[in-house]
Amino acid sequence: MNVTLNAWWLQRMSAMVLTLCVAVHLATMIWVVHGGLRAADVIARLHGNLAWGAFYAVFVIAASVHVPVGLRRIADEWLNWRDAWAGRASVIIGTALALAGLRAVYALVAGTPA
Amino acid sequence: MQPSASDSLSVRVWRGAEDGAFEPFEVPRRESQTVLDVVTFIQRSIDATLSYRFACRVGMCGSCAMTVNGRARWTCRTHVTKVLRHAGDVLEIAPLNHLPMVKDLAVDMTAFFDKWRDAKGYFAGNRDRSAPLELIDPASPERQAADAGIECIGCGVCYASCDVVGWKPDYLGPAALNRAWTLVNDVRDIQQGVRHEAVSNDAGCHSCHTLGSCTERCPKALAPTASIAGLKRAGRQTPKGGTR
Repeated sequence: MNVTLNAWWLQRMSAMVLTLCVAVHLATMIWVVHGGLRAADVIARLHGNLAWGAFYAVFVIAASVHVPVGLRRIADEWLNWRDAWAGRASVIIGTALALAGLRAVYALVAGTPA
Repeated sequence: MQPSASDSLSVRVWRGAEDGAFEPFEVPRRESQTVLDVVTFIQRSIDATLSYRFACRVGMCGSCAMTVNGRARWTCRTHVTKVLRHAGDVLEIAPLNHLPMVKDLAVDMTAFFDKWRDAKGYFAGNRDRSAPLELIDPASPERQAADAGIECIGCGVCYASCDVVGWKPDYLGPAALNRAWTLVNDVRDIQQGVRHEAVSNDAGCHSCHTLGSCTERCPKALAPTASIAGLKRAGRQTPKGGTR
């Protein structure tokens, strides 16, 4: 199996995960807001909740796998950027997304409440 | 219907190569006139230096495809009335997109056919001529999938209509991938492993965005988009055909 097949396959698989994550995220958000919760209440409930922490960690990882593959494709097809740095730049962006996202999840679940 | 002086057709034809320009012509309007009839009239009666390519004139050989009013078409089976909907419309004929212009309406098809070869778009059988013919059930799913894409005449309309080919010059394109898919489903073919490597990559089926222009414009009403989707699905499976 070659690297491009991996990238393409990873993007497909992460898309499936993202479909579920986005659906659950939006549905839950609409539901709790209609139930009268405000942002501060939601954050308070998420604190210490490992199940939601795991859910959002999966969400972040799926996004940070999915995004760089697509960005590399855009760089290739639209910007004519075809050398190895297109791949490296996309990996850097993916890593940055993962770090920023996981830090936010950690802050929600385990961080000190304001 | 006899042509009359007032019953003429305004045509603009690409002349020259990449740095060329459109040249206007007036051609007599005739009943059941095809775009190829128009080009042939210009070449035989107005300007013998006009270069274009055709052979069979009946939609079999795939050599007369051109860009007609912005859309790639087989010119021998395209009636002028199908392109010109309103009185006063001008017929604009240019060479196919995404292939180097040679002169006027003729393009260099080398890259197009090289990609068929690169996609392992040719048959390599599992028997020699002394062996009896292998019986293939026409109703088997593999044979039906192959039959669905087999009638390609290699005209290049799909290739010229594909945006991804324009964006990514090493993309194999719809025709080569469609041909590869027919062979993936040919149980007699012995190149399944190398073909799989050739088409399941960044220059192959993974680059297809499923825009569907190839399927929309294929004059033989084939569906390269579906064939490429088949290659994508087959991407992580063992190829179906004969010896690996």
